[in-house]
Amino acid sequence: MSIVTIERKVLEKNDELALQNREVFQRHGLFVVNIVSSPGSGKTSILEQTLEHLKNKLHIAVIEGDVQTDFDAQRVAKFNVPVVQIVTNGGCHLDAKLVQDALASINLDGIKLLIIENVGNLVCPANYDLGENVKVVVASTTEGDDKPLKYPTMFRNASALLINKIDLLPYINCNLTELKTNALKINPKLKVFETSCTTKQGIAEWCTWLEKQV
Amino acid sequence: MHELSIAQNIVEIIHKHIPEAEWEKVASVHLKIGKVAGVVSDSLDFSFQAITAETSLRNTRLEVESIPFRVLCNACGVTTENEVGFTVCSECGSGNTKVLSGSELDITEIEIAEPAVKIS
Ligand SMILES: Nc1nc2c(ncn2[C@@H]2O[C@H](COP(=O)(O)OP(=O)(O)OP(=O)(O)O)[C@@H](O)[C@H]2O)c(=O)[nH]1
Ligand SMILES: [Mg+2]
Ligand SMILES: [Zn+2]
Repeated sequence: MSIVTIERKVLEKNDELALQNREVFQRHGLFVVNIVSSPGSGKTSILEQTLEHLKNKLHIAVIEGDVQTDFDAQRVAKFNVPVVQIVTNGGCHLDAKLVQDALASINLDGIKLLIIENVGNLVCPANYDLGENVKVVVASTTEGDDKPLKYPTMFRNASALLINKIDLLPYINCNLTELKTNALKINPKLKVFETSCTTKQGIAEWCTWLEKQV
Repeated sequence: MHELSIAQNIVEIIHKHIPEAEWEKVASVHLKIGKVAGVVSDSLDFSFQAITAETSLRNTRLEVESIPFRVLCNACGVTTENEVGFTVCSECGSGNTKVLSGSELDITEIEIAEPAVKIS
């Protein structure tokens, strides 16, 4: 036997492309958010609320990632912001290459905030750096309070947690304190917001925080 | 199933670092995978075997070393390990900690089988 020692990151190719994306973002003075959650937690709904709230204050562009369809891009396009849909055709996450390709079709001049909605999946997107400044994780009350313990990686790498569908709390078995405690044990630095896209609770606070990061 | 895309990355790294004439002889690939890297070793193995089955890497095995999730507490100075991935110190509860390991997804060594009898 002979042994070749190589010591490399398995995802080094993605990391290199993410670094290139990061350079592009910096050159344009862009702040980039990568939104992740399980399918249906409310990423697009939060995005809609955020655009509604911030689009007159900030120039925003959006990249949508989905396994199939451009439904989410259509929802975002109603706000008259530049939006590109990435369809992964079965792929369970966005990677830096897909984002790089999508960037080619957005005019970034003047844009201050780029929001990337990742594919609905709490596991796979965690390993793929896109070049973003922050990851934001959305967990909805209907998913239960144990999500942070089941999918710790996503919560550990995120800067903010939006506990969405807070309006549904009276109807379901979700211990909000437990959910928050679990999330903060995984990541004590997590900034936590309680939001509802139906009652708009917490949306202003979240947008204020986001605007401050930019 | 991002294990499939991770397996593809492993194949690419082997192809990049080992001359094509030796691919048939790659016996194993050594990986370090952190406890909280979000990668399931069995799925990775399954994916790797599936995509290499009919290729020159069909005899290659993945050897995975699992790396514990370890946290050093800046408050009490104790290093602890836990399975879940709690970043708060399990000794004193402080959030002022540093993660020492557990997120690795590294390829460390490629082992090449030499011919059994060497003609010298
Ligand atoms: N009651 C309630 N429903 C919500 C809230 N936010 C989103 N929803 C609903 O939840 C469903 C899924 O919302 P989306 O915004 O499409 O979720 P998503 O995370 O973008 O979904 P994918 O992109 O498919 O992963 C929709 O029917 C929304 O109307 C909320 O705060 N309260
Ligand atoms: Mg969506
Ligand atoms: Zn401690």
